Amino acid sequence: MASPQMVMYEEEFAQVQAVTNRLVQDANARVVFVVDKNGQLISASGDTGDIDTTSLASLTAGTIAATGGIAQLLREQEFATQYHEGVRQNVHIQVVSGRVILVVIFDNRTSLGLVRLRVKRATENLTRIFEMVMAKAQDPFRNSPFSEITDDDIDNLFND
Amino acid sequence: MSFINYLSREINCKIVYYGPGLCGKTTNLQYIYNRTNPDAKGKMISLATETERTLFFDFLPLEIGEIRGFKTRFHLYTVPGQVFYDASRKLILKGVDGVVFVADSQMLRSEANTESMDNLRTNLAEQGYNLDTIPYVIQYNKRDMPNISPTEELRQLLNTGDVPDFNAVATTGEGVFETLKSVAKLVLTELKRGAAR
Repeated sequence: MASPQMVMYEEEFAQVQAVTNRLVQDANARVVFVVDKNGQLISASGDTGDIDTTSLASLTAGTIAATGGIAQLLREQEFATQYHEGVRQNVHIQVVSGRVILVVIFDNRTSLGLVRLRVKRATENLTRIFEMVMAKAQDPFRNSPFSEITDDDIDNLFND
Repeated sequence: MSFINYLSREINCKIVYYGPGLCGKTTNLQYIYNRTNPDAKGKMISLATETERTLFFDFLPLEIGEIRGFKTRFHLYTVPGQVFYDASRKLILKGVDGVVFVADSQMLRSEANTESMDNLRTNLAEQGYNLDTIPYVIQYNKRDMPNISPTEELRQLLNTGDVPDFNAVATTGEGVFETLKSVAKLVLTELKRGAAR
């Protein structure tokens, strides 16, 4: 397989959630997301009520992938930070440890400067956590939920 | 690359529909979207041009059911089929767990099919995957059109690895869910095999 499977255990998930919860407060943001670079949503904090989080995760990963492609063409390093300015809302996107994407959606209750400052600290914390996540994923002695799944379980899923 | 979340007890996998321009990749996803229970699907996103040609990708999240208490979700993507969108196709293959190659059965599209399949093999290799080992199925679409190649001929030309293959008419849904189920099953079986290693 080209890249190792990402497995989030409860302990690390709680740590990621604590970082994003704190970032919502510290940056006075509306919503904070952490998304896998392949488009899977990992965690969300703040006022996520009317946001389609699954679509947002996929599109954010698409944006990062597209600008990564541009960077490659320009022989540039990945564009690790992006900022989209809207009329009422803005989006700040930060690649964390080359592996996941931190997305902050904010409005005029805060400023880009404050968001950037708080994102920087959150990025450091998330880098540590995801290094642990990836180390665990590569541990051959750790059980995957698939180790207990039988062929019958898979067949049953597809029975009409 | 699948993503397993123990807290929300979810398994997420990525399936990519690949194939030449206008072969019916988006139509496959639209049929799946229209025929799936609203509880089991998310919104379908299409990043398309004004003439409804796929520009970057289509995306459809789908929940298939539970395995041992884990919700099993598949994220379905299509690539833009037109030759000049190759850079975008490479990006969408990142982290893929399974591939559906949608072939256009029309005789005139024979060369486009082989060109697209060669392109799939090359682009997968660039991401570190091998078409001969990744979960992969083939769909011969547009079986309702005039001037189509016999399935056996398409099989000889495209299915050299003897992977599961299906005749389809994506506009009416024939073969669409059979194709999806087949690749989804191969993906889960591969994940199970990976866990046993």
